[in-house]
Amino acid sequence: MDLSAISPTLLLASLMVAATPILLAALGELVVEKSGVLNLGVEGMMITGAICGFAIAVETGSPVVGFIAAAVGGALLSLIFGILTQFLLSNQVATGLALTLFGLGLSSLLGQSYVGIRPPAVGKLDLGPLADIPFIGPVLFNHDLMVYLSLALCVGTWAVLKYTRAGLILRAVGENHDAAHALGYKVVKVRLLAIMFGGACAGLGGAYLSLIRVPQWTEGMTAGAGWIALAIVVFASWRPLRVLLGAYLFGGVTVLQLNLQAAGMAIPVEYLSMSPYLITIVVLVIMSAPRKGGKARASLAAPACLGRAFHASH
Amino acid sequence: MKRRTILAGAVAAFALTGAAYAQDKTKVGFIYVGPVGDGGWTYEHDQARLAVEEEFGDKVETIYQESVPEGSDAERVITQMALSGADLIFTTSFGYMDPTIAVAAKFPNVKFEHATGFKRADNVSTYSARFYEGRAVQGHIAGKMTKTNKVGYIGSFPIPEVIRGINSAYIHAKKVNPDVEFSVVWAYTWFDPAKEADAATALIEQGADVILQHTDSTAPQAAAQKAGNVITFGQASDMAEYAPMPRVSSIIDNWAPYYIDRVQAVMDGTWESTDTWDGIGPGMVGIGEISDAVPADVKAEALALKDSIADGSYHPFTGPLKKQDGSDWLAEGETAQDFGDDGLAGMNFYVEGIKGDIPN
Repeated sequence: MDLSAISPTLLLASLMVAATPILLAALGELVVEKSGVLNLGVEGMMITGAICGFAIAVETGSPVVGFIAAAVGGALLSLIFGILTQFLLSNQVATGLALTLFGLGLSSLLGQSYVGIRPPAVGKLDLGPLADIPFIGPVLFNHDLMVYLSLALCVGTWAVLKYTRAGLILRAVGENHDAAHALGYKVVKVRLLAIMFGGACAGLGGAYLSLIRVPQWTEGMTAGAGWIALAIVVFASWRPLRVLLGAYLFGGVTVLQLNLQAAGMAIPVEYLSMSPYLITIVVLVIMSAPRKGGKARASLAAPACLGRAFHASH
Repeated sequence: MKRRTILAGAVAAFALTGAAYAQDKTKVGFIYVGPVGDGGWTYEHDQARLAVEEEFGDKVETIYQESVPEGSDAERVITQMALSGADLIFTTSFGYMDPTIAVAAKFPNVKFEHATGFKRADNVSTYSARFYEGRAVQGHIAGKMTKTNKVGYIGSFPIPEVIRGINSAYIHAKKVNPDVEFSVVWAYTWFDPAKEADAATALIEQGADVILQHTDSTAPQAAAQKAGNVITFGQASDMAEYAPMPRVSSIIDNWAPYYIDRVQAVMDGTWESTDTWDGIGPGMVGIGEISDAVPADVKAEALALKDSIADGSYHPFTGPLKKQDGSDWLAEGETAQDFGDDGLAGMNFYVEGIKGDIPN
C-alpha cells in the first residue's frame, strides 16, 4: 500500500470534475420538482444532451456551441414531457420513465456516426495568478468553464428561489397550485418553463460527460447518472446548496475509491462502491422518520404538489 | 379464473403460431450486457450476429436485446425471448450464467449458448475465448514499453476470466521487465464510460504509463489520449480509432465462425451441448495490428510470441510459477490445466509478485 501515491490536490480536482455532471442535472431537477413536477426522465435528457452537444461540437469545432446545443436538445426533449403532462395531463411518473427510454433510443440513433470520433478539446479557464496559489490553485482555479458555471448556477438557483419574486412564484406553484392559480399565476406556464430549465441543465450535464469528462461518444454512456441526480435532489431535501454537497460527496467517494484501489489500499472496495448509495438511504430514512410534531422531515421539505397534475377548470 | 384460462389459451396459441413460424426460419436470439455501440465486447457479438444473418440470409431471423442487467432481471428477458419462439439463444455475459440455466430448464426444446460461464445442461452449451493468450502478448509489449514501470489494469469483476488476464499480462511483463508493477482497479461494471475514464485517470495520475482494460467501452482509451504519453490496448474490439497512440495493439474477439457453426448445427439438428474454449490458434482471439508507436524489435518479439502461442509450442502459463502467497503452482516446464484444482477455468488467485488482494 502506498498512500503517498495519491495526490490530494489531483484527487480534489478530479472530484470536482466527477461531480459536475450530476450537479448540473440535479440542480435542473430541483427546480422542476420545486415547481411541483416530478420528471423521472433525467437520464434520457442527459444522454440526449450528451449526443447533441457532442455532435454539434464536432461539426462546428466549438465546444461552446456544443454546450448550447446540448442545453437546447435537453430542453426540447423535456418539452415533450411538458406538453404531455401539463396539457394532456398524462401521468408524470410513467411519462418520465418513457422519456428516459425514448432519450436512450433517440441518442443512440443520433450517435450512429459519431462513435470513435474525438471531440474538440475544451481548454482550462485561465485564471492567471490564482492558479499559481499552492494547493488551492490547482484544486479550485484550474478547471474548465463548465465547473465554475455549475457552481454559479447552484448559488444562482439558491438566490433566485430564496430572494426573488420569480422564485417565490415558482415555490407557490409547487406548494399549492390551486392557490397560485387563484392568485392569477399561470401554473402551467411556470411549470413548462421549469421543466425546460431542468431539461437544459440535464443536457449540459450530459454534454459535460461526452465533451470533457470522458471525452467521447458511446451509446448509453450516462450509465445511470440521471438516476443518481434524482436521488441527490431528495438527499438534499430540495435545497440547492445541499445538492452541491450531495453531488460533491458522491463524486468524491467515486473518485476516492478508485484512487485508493490504484494505490493498493487493502480495503474491501465493494463497501466503498456502495457507500454513496448507503449514505443516501440513511439520509432518506432519517428524513422520513417522524419528528415530534408527527410529520416527517421529508414531507415538510418536499413541495406539497409534487407529482400532482393541475387542471384549471374554467 | 376465466380470464386466466383465456390468457393461457392465448399464450398457447401464440406459442403454436410461433412454433409453426419457426419451422421456416431459424430464430436466433442474443442477449447483450451493453449497447451494441459500445465499441468493444457487445459490438463484436453484434458483428457476429450480423455475420450469421449474412451467412444464412432468409433462412434465419435474429433478434437481440441490449443492455440487459446481469442477475434476476436477465431471467425475465431470456424467458421472454424463449417465449417469442427463438430456437437458439446466445447469452453473452458471465453474469447470465444462472439465469440461463434456470430458463433453459423451463424450455427444453430451446438451445442455449452461454459465453464465458462454466455451467452446462443438456440444452445449454458454453463457449469462451482464451483471452489470456492475447494478454500475454499485451503484457510483453507493456513490460517493454513502460518507462515508469507502473502498469495500470482496469478490471471489471473479480471473476476467473479477468483474473486470468491479469496474471497472464503480469507474467509476461515481468519476464521482460523485472521492475514492473501492476496496479489493479476494480470498476465493478462492464460498461460505464465515465467510471472507466475516472479509473484510467486515477491510475495515470499515480504514475501508470500503460493502461490495460478489461471493461467494454473505449473511455479508458480517450482518457489516455487526453493524458498523452500513455499507451493502451484495444479490448474485445480493435478500437483502431485510437491507433497509433494511445492504442498500440488490441485483443479482438471473433465470434462469427462459432456462431455460424452453431446456427448451422441447429438447422441440421446436430446441435449438442458442448464446451468450446478457443484461442489465437483457431482464430477466436485475434491480435490487432501493432502500431508504429511500438519499436520494431518489440513488435517482432510480440508477433513471435503470438505465433508460438498459436501453433501450440508455448503456453502462457508455463512453470515455474508460484502463487501470490509463495506456494507452488506449476513446476518447471509444467503447463496449467484448464480444469480441476488450480485450473484456469476457476482461477481465483494472483501469481507471485502482484500486489493487492482479489476482492471476494
